[in-house]
Amino acid sequence: MKKVLDYLKGNPIVVMLAVVSIIVGFTTKNFFSWANFGNLMSNTAIRFIIALGVSGCLITKGTDLSAGRQVGLAACLSGILVQRADYTGRLFANLPEFNMFVALIVVIIAGAMFGCMNGLIVSRLKVPPFITTLGTQTIVYGLCLTLTNAQPIGGFRDTYIKLITGRIGSVKGFHLPYLLFVAAFFGLLFWFIYNKTRHGKYMYAIGGNEVAAEVSGVNTKKTTLMIYVTAGIMYAIAGWLLAAKSGGASASMGQGYELEAIAGCTIGGISTTGGIGTVPGVLVGVLVFELLKIVLQFLGVNPYYNYIVQGIVIVTAVALDIRKNIKKK
Amino acid sequence: MSEYVLEMKDVYKAFPGVIALNHVKLQLRPGTVHALMGENGAGKSTLMKCMFGIYSMDEGEIYIDGQKTEIHNPSEALEKGIAMVHQELQPIPARTIGENIYLGRYPMKKALGFIPVVDHAKMYADAERVLKEVRMNFNPRTKLGELSVSQMQSVEIAKAVSANCRVLILDEPTSSLTQNEVEALFRIIDDLKAKGVAIVYISHKMDEILRISDEVTIMRDGQYIGTWDAKGLTTDFIITKMVGRELTNLYPPRENVPGEVVFEVEDFTSINPKSFRNVSFNVRKSEILGVAGLVGAQRTELMEGIFGIRSKTKGTVKYLGKELTITQPKTAIDNGIAMLTEDRRASGIMGVLSVADNISIASLNHYVDHGIVLNNKKIEELVQENIKTMNTKTPSSKTPIGSLSGGNQQKVLIGRWLANNPDVLILDEPTRGIDVGAKYEIYTIIADLAKQGKSIIMISSEMGELIGMSDRIMVMCDGRVTGFIDGKDATQENIMELATQFEA
Repeated sequence: MKKVLDYLKGNPIVVMLAVVSIIVGFTTKNFFSWANFGNLMSNTAIRFIIALGVSGCLITKGTDLSAGRQVGLAACLSGILVQRADYTGRLFANLPEFNMFVALIVVIIAGAMFGCMNGLIVSRLKVPPFITTLGTQTIVYGLCLTLTNAQPIGGFRDTYIKLITGRIGSVKGFHLPYLLFVAAFFGLLFWFIYNKTRHGKYMYAIGGNEVAAEVSGVNTKKTTLMIYVTAGIMYAIAGWLLAAKSGGASASMGQGYELEAIAGCTIGGISTTGGIGTVPGVLVGVLVFELLKIVLQFLGVNPYYNYIVQGIVIVTAVALDIRKNIKKK
Repeated sequence: MSEYVLEMKDVYKAFPGVIALNHVKLQLRPGTVHALMGENGAGKSTLMKCMFGIYSMDEGEIYIDGQKTEIHNPSEALEKGIAMVHQELQPIPARTIGENIYLGRYPMKKALGFIPVVDHAKMYADAERVLKEVRMNFNPRTKLGELSVSQMQSVEIAKAVSANCRVLILDEPTSSLTQNEVEALFRIIDDLKAKGVAIVYISHKMDEILRISDEVTIMRDGQYIGTWDAKGLTTDFIITKMVGRELTNLYPPRENVPGEVVFEVEDFTSINPKSFRNVSFNVRKSEILGVAGLVGAQRTELMEGIFGIRSKTKGTVKYLGKELTITQPKTAIDNGIAMLTEDRRASGIMGVLSVADNISIASLNHYVDHGIVLNNKKIEELVQENIKTMNTKTPSSKTPIGSLSGGNQQKVLIGRWLANNPDVLILDEPTRGIDVGAKYEIYTIIADLAKQGKSIIMISSEMGELIGMSDRIMVMCDGRVTGFIDGKDATQENIMELATQFEA
């Protein structure tokens, strides 16, 4: 009990949002509904997967600005490969129909490649991650525009859409979207990696003090490379899921997702100074952020204002987090 | 008029879980050097930070010239004539000396009669004048980064002088200075004394304290122990007051018997022509090899070269007659070599991580099940045992290492290497910035490791430590080995002689 209270005291943003949600829940219709719950779960699931990818970069004092565009590219690539053969607006008319899992493998390879590029540039050439991934972000967007010719991609095969947007239970009653399980799987996987493997320990060590880690025999270059490759793979998977969830893809897809993911991680307690952060923290951070969006929507706030509110929440969360450390001085 | 230029009375300051200052007092007379002594964690730096307005006191009063006053932040302290040269210098290397001196209080003028701009001409002229006052004939337009650490320190002092300070706090000013530089600093201190400045001098070095101070205040565990006239004080008396118990021996008895040669370095030469070159030496089993030299003798660079942190152009390292290929720390570690680095904060501790993570990081390879899963239970056992054998004082293994005292951090770092059971242990300044009690414990650990059969290479800038702990001492000067001295025959004089054998 004391632990719970301490947690709440340390995370005023979470408490505030919980209170607001309850108020909104009782004052508006349908907020407490299975449909809304399912919606929140599905939205959170994909954002969580992206945030998991970014989390490793953040814990090692890096960042990954290419996340959103990589998600977009993966979505478009998946879309191209799973378009129905009889769909009139088919982007590459002569392409055979691919199994959706083949599409998944293709995007994962592409994601791993971009991750590898980021990782090598950061760890070998020592270009700051902010700049490296800013460059990659732009390159990936360019590739995506070239590939799609800036055309939207639709006409996906039903099996693909149904599999990903499916659920256990019915939409009207209690249900659990399949995406929830996917996210849970990756959440557990990352928790395992972060807590039970050398790679995880090395990651925290690099974030804590990269020189000290290297002197202690940690292969910092390899670990950093692995972190960015893993991140790229996570964005690819998220893109593959996102295309099906949206029922279409376009080059603008995923724009700004990197910032949401970084915001989620930060709200969830990943320290901007490195070495600190947990998977449950990331989950809470992302969930809070998605909840915030839905609350604003239910309150009927002009969607343009949403960005303003979100921005304020991000900065407030980090300011409060840093304040915790200042007080200890 | 009070006889004290500054007085702190009844200062009380608590941090979560610890009382840092428990009703402490300090009285400074003008024109004197007042040494403030105590072990690490005794509260010296905290008291100074309260005086300088970095921390706010929970209770207590400050009087300047007998007038009660309050200091809320460093700029108020500067206005009131208090200046501080920090333990860790915080200069801006990319800017000029002048800009560093006048940072935050640039002389201004009006351009076109109304636009406020920095008056660079005046700034550099003033800077040149204050630099002369601290006997530094430097062009104030030089980038600060081009200076040596000791020169940067003089710049910091010039900065204090330029603020017309009446109280100057020097926190461990000589920790990175050579003997010549220390002498230069002492001359500056004498000049300042003659001008009536009161100097608070914090240092662990007894000989310095006894030489330059007029009064000594000793603190222990946040308590005020007393203030004495420095004349007639002895090292033993001060240590006894600091530690609160008698310390009969500074160094533990050593029972190690050096055996056959196991570790050999031959013709080791850096890629940097100004660094170490043609270095050959060997270490025996169960031997403690001290490495002496002035700052700049390239001792650290040599050891970092052997450990794979720096590049070499030629040279070999052999263990038990087998040549080792070391390209990075990992390969050195795999070959049974360990290195405790010089700068604990920069390349030793991972501050936000727990004591457990800090101990286990170098030996995780021994605790992997099924090729991937770490056996966290076994790791915790290792950590607990390590904390016990090293006598590390930490609330728990989960405590972030950053919140421990310097001595305990060092024990964790030595523990990190012991967990890996190395054959050759390189210790670079193992007791720097550590209090007297913890030093003794670390010496005991080193002596014990040698007895167990490990070969130890210990770089140190403290002559006493080298002479007291080494079986043999290798002396370096300017990148070369200038000689070896048997531990029993070593004196400050014969070490210094070799350490100053510069090439013509």
